[in-house]
Amino acid sequence: MELLFALVIGALTASGVYLLLRARTFPVIMGLTLLSYGVNLFLFATGRLATGQQPVIGTAASYSDPLPQALVLTAIVIGFAMTAFLVVLSLRNLADNDNDHVDGQRRKTPPSKQEKEATGK
Amino acid sequence: MSLPLVVLLPFLGAIAAPLFAQGGRTAIAIASSVPALIALAALFPHWAVLSAGDTVLHTYEWLPALGLSFSFRLDGLALLFALLILVIGLLVIIYSHYYLKAKENVAKFYSLLLCFKGSMLGIVLSGNLLLMLIFWELTSLTSFLLISFWTHKQDARRGARMALAITGGGGLALLAGILLIGNIVGSFELDDVLAASEQIKAHTLYPVALTLVLLGAFTKSAQFPFHFWLPHAMQAPTPISAYLHSATMVKAGIFLMARLYPALAGTEQWFYMVSFTGMATLLLGAYIAMFKHDLKGLLAYSTVSHLGLITLLLGMGTQLAAVAAIFHVINHATFKASLFMAAGIIDHETGTRDMRRINGLWRYMPHTATLAMVAASSMAGVPLLNGFLSKEMFFAESLQLNLPGLWAWVPPIIATLAGIFSVAYSARFVHDVFFNGKPVDLPIFPPHEPPRYMKFPVEILVFACIMVGVFPAVSVGPLLFSAASATLGGDVPDYQLAILHGFNLPLLMSFLAFFGGLLMYTQRRRFFDFHAQLREVDGKAVFEFAVSEIEKLAHRFTEWLENGSLQRYATLLVVSVIAVAAMPLAENGFHIGENGLSPVDWPTGIAAGVLVVSALATAFWHRERFYALVLLSVVGLVVALTFARFSAPDLAMTQLSVEVVTIVLLMLALYYMPSWTPMESSQGRRIRDALIALAAGTGMTLITLAMLTQPFSSISEFFLENSKPGGGGTNVVNVILVDFRGFDTLGEITVLAIAALGIYAMLKNTALTPPPGDGLGHPWTRDHYPLMLRQIARPMLPLALMVSVYIFLRGHNLPGGGFIAGLITSVALILQYIASGMIWTQDRIPFRYHNVIGLGLLFATIAGAGSLAFGYPFLTTTFGYITWPVVGKFEVASALVFDLGVYLAVIGATLLALVSIGRLSPHSAIKSKKESA
Repeated sequence: MELLFALVIGALTASGVYLLLRARTFPVIMGLTLLSYGVNLFLFATGRLATGQQPVIGTAASYSDPLPQALVLTAIVIGFAMTAFLVVLSLRNLADNDNDHVDGQRRKTPPSKQEKEATGK
Repeated sequence: MSLPLVVLLPFLGAIAAPLFAQGGRTAIAIASSVPALIALAALFPHWAVLSAGDTVLHTYEWLPALGLSFSFRLDGLALLFALLILVIGLLVIIYSHYYLKAKENVAKFYSLLLCFKGSMLGIVLSGNLLLMLIFWELTSLTSFLLISFWTHKQDARRGARMALAITGGGGLALLAGILLIGNIVGSFELDDVLAASEQIKAHTLYPVALTLVLLGAFTKSAQFPFHFWLPHAMQAPTPISAYLHSATMVKAGIFLMARLYPALAGTEQWFYMVSFTGMATLLLGAYIAMFKHDLKGLLAYSTVSHLGLITLLLGMGTQLAAVAAIFHVINHATFKASLFMAAGIIDHETGTRDMRRINGLWRYMPHTATLAMVAASSMAGVPLLNGFLSKEMFFAESLQLNLPGLWAWVPPIIATLAGIFSVAYSARFVHDVFFNGKPVDLPIFPPHEPPRYMKFPVEILVFACIMVGVFPAVSVGPLLFSAASATLGGDVPDYQLAILHGFNLPLLMSFLAFFGGLLMYTQRRRFFDFHAQLREVDGKAVFEFAVSEIEKLAHRFTEWLENGSLQRYATLLVVSVIAVAAMPLAENGFHIGENGLSPVDWPTGIAAGVLVVSALATAFWHRERFYALVLLSVVGLVVALTFARFSAPDLAMTQLSVEVVTIVLLMLALYYMPSWTPMESSQGRRIRDALIALAAGTGMTLITLAMLTQPFSSISEFFLENSKPGGGGTNVVNVILVDFRGFDTLGEITVLAIAALGIYAMLKNTALTPPPGDGLGHPWTRDHYPLMLRQIARPMLPLALMVSVYIFLRGHNLPGGGFIAGLITSVALILQYIASGMIWTQDRIPFRYHNVIGLGLLFATIAGAGSLAFGYPFLTTTFGYITWPVVGKFEVASALVFDLGVYLAVIGATLLALVSIGRLSPHSAIKSKKESA
């Protein structure tokens, strides 16, 4: 189980990092989302993997560690706020610079044919 | 209290003086004089104590662990310098009043001047070396601002920068030196350091400490080879030059050497380093001064030369030489300040400082000319003036040096030679300016005497020159004695302050210097011709060259590192993180912990497989954004299931609802964005990135595996035990959030609120036109709000709200709570926006989301602050039970109010973010409608 969990985190990290290094904002946001899944699972795992031991008093014989759960719960919500902020940042970038490149500069070369189709301009 | 007051007053004055700027130039000048007057009055009562050779010490603790204290110490030496700083400072203020033109920024001028004065007083009155260093750096900074006072002049800015670089660099060396001394002695208190003289000199690090301290002193006092900043600092307004280069700034280095004289002097290293530096500076300054055509340039190099003289005296190491050094500090301050002021008057009245043009001014301003001639004679060392006395002592001491063989002749010869130069440049100052034919092409013609009281400070100073010169014992005797006593550590030799000590060798040297100098001046043409053949090494050019080279290097490095590409920064960041994380792994190797691995059950294995495949597929097909997004949502759902699988129901519910909101958010973003990612990276780059990603993924796998197989202990026992009895809830995760770690949660919802407001602000005046189709050639559906969805969504709303209330209320005891309930409510509302459109939904929502966020934060804070009213710390919770009809026994906890705050903040933030994005499109006419309402 531990190996499986570690592989899951590894896959999330690898996909997240690969997307993080892309040149357009949308893949980068997706990459960060994947990365934050990985990080949240990792933080959660610091309390170890327990089956059927939810930390609600009186529902189980022993309880899993509630502290990482509380931390991860807020991390999930804050992670959403960060994602939303990034999405808006990239939309603003799109509005101001007319393209969605992460370097945030106005386009120097005309858009490729494929992109013209894609944006419909 | 009076000592700290003396230092503090000018700083207070610097704040207060500009307030008087409205009242006119006279008002601000008077206001600026007040601190000095009070300070003089505050110093006066200590005079008797000091005459007896005692010191006054006022100490307040500051950072005892670092050895830093607010320690102020007054002894004879400190008093002498403090008086020079205060009195000449006052005269400079009077002088400036007439010197500054009406359009100048007088408030800035006086404010900076007072700051500088306070810093100088801080140096001389500090009883702690670290405290002194702080003031030392303050003088560097304030003098930088003063020298560059005319910020529009490039030369002024450059001169100021150079002064700052040199003296600031010296300050760094001094810091190191002081730290070494403090380490050797075990204290930074001046009294301890002065008492530990033997200990310091015996220490192996003494040469290092000495060199570092002297570097600080030499740079500040413009000693060779750091002298070149001083002439370029002449770009300052003349009152500033008069102040900085006579009594203060450059004297700080001299003061430092005198201050630490008992602790550091008396060794061979001290003798060679200090006296030879002084000798070189003395000769070089005097020689160059002769050839300067600029009035202030001549005075600047003369200052360099006199500073060298004082340094040489301090370096000689004999007691009488030290007395002479202190004496010359007084004399130089008086005659040099008056000369600078006279030069300023001439500049003010003629419009130039070029001695080739200023000639024959005697006819136009006899009064100023008389004053300048007396001061210049003092500089040259003419009898009956103060400069003569200390120079005579200098000559006498130069004969006393016990150097072997013919070397014994070197100091007196150099002294006489410097004396000759100094007479020659003084003669030039007098003859070239006031006589020597007629003025040539003056910008202001005819020149005339300045305003009456502009000359007043000069008169005072010249009067002091004469008084000291004629009645030395009466006028400065006691002050000099107490200062010398403090410098020498109480051991003052017998010395006579008399005009003549009989006909002896020093007097002969004076005669030689005087007539040699006059001869040299009359023959100046030859010397000028000789000097013209020499190639002048311009310190400034070397400095500027070095600076520009360093700048270029730094620029190239920055360009290389920071080329403006976020993609590149992200790569560098990730690679560095991998490298840092890999280091311990490479060092210790990888081990599976002793807990070993547990077996995998089938359903979990399949879910994990789905997750891994979806994650990799998201990355693989990322260019087709819509499909990637669908895959991403699969990942998120499986993550939620993972939480549920491993005993975290709260997390599962949170993840599930956040997942819905996130995907809606990303879909919304995709509506405006191109739905394809163009192929931009080369294949090599993609392979490189894939390798980086692989390394990161492998690293995380190994770390997770190592961590999961280690035995662990947690602090959570406490939470599990106290959740019910202490927090009144059985859902430990929720109790941690709203009770044990409530303050964290308060911070977190604040972050959430700020992010949402940031989103709102960032999109306030932005408009984006979405593309007409989805990028695959399909147009958007013409049915804007699908009928079926609308019909289902509306009845869903009350149901969803009820569920969220239920989840909210049970949160304290069963999985649920404010975060989750807030997200469920948000999802229910978002569904209405999707199903029925912005306008329809917004019209039916009677509040603004900003207010909801605010209300949420308010509730959470009130719930926390409520406990303060009962004398408990912030965010202490309480709970009790009430029995309701039908429902039965029900628990009420104050944490519920806090959780309500969380609930509202989450709703407000989530919806504000999404609605801000939704209304970007011009299709949602809501924007203009709402805003105009």
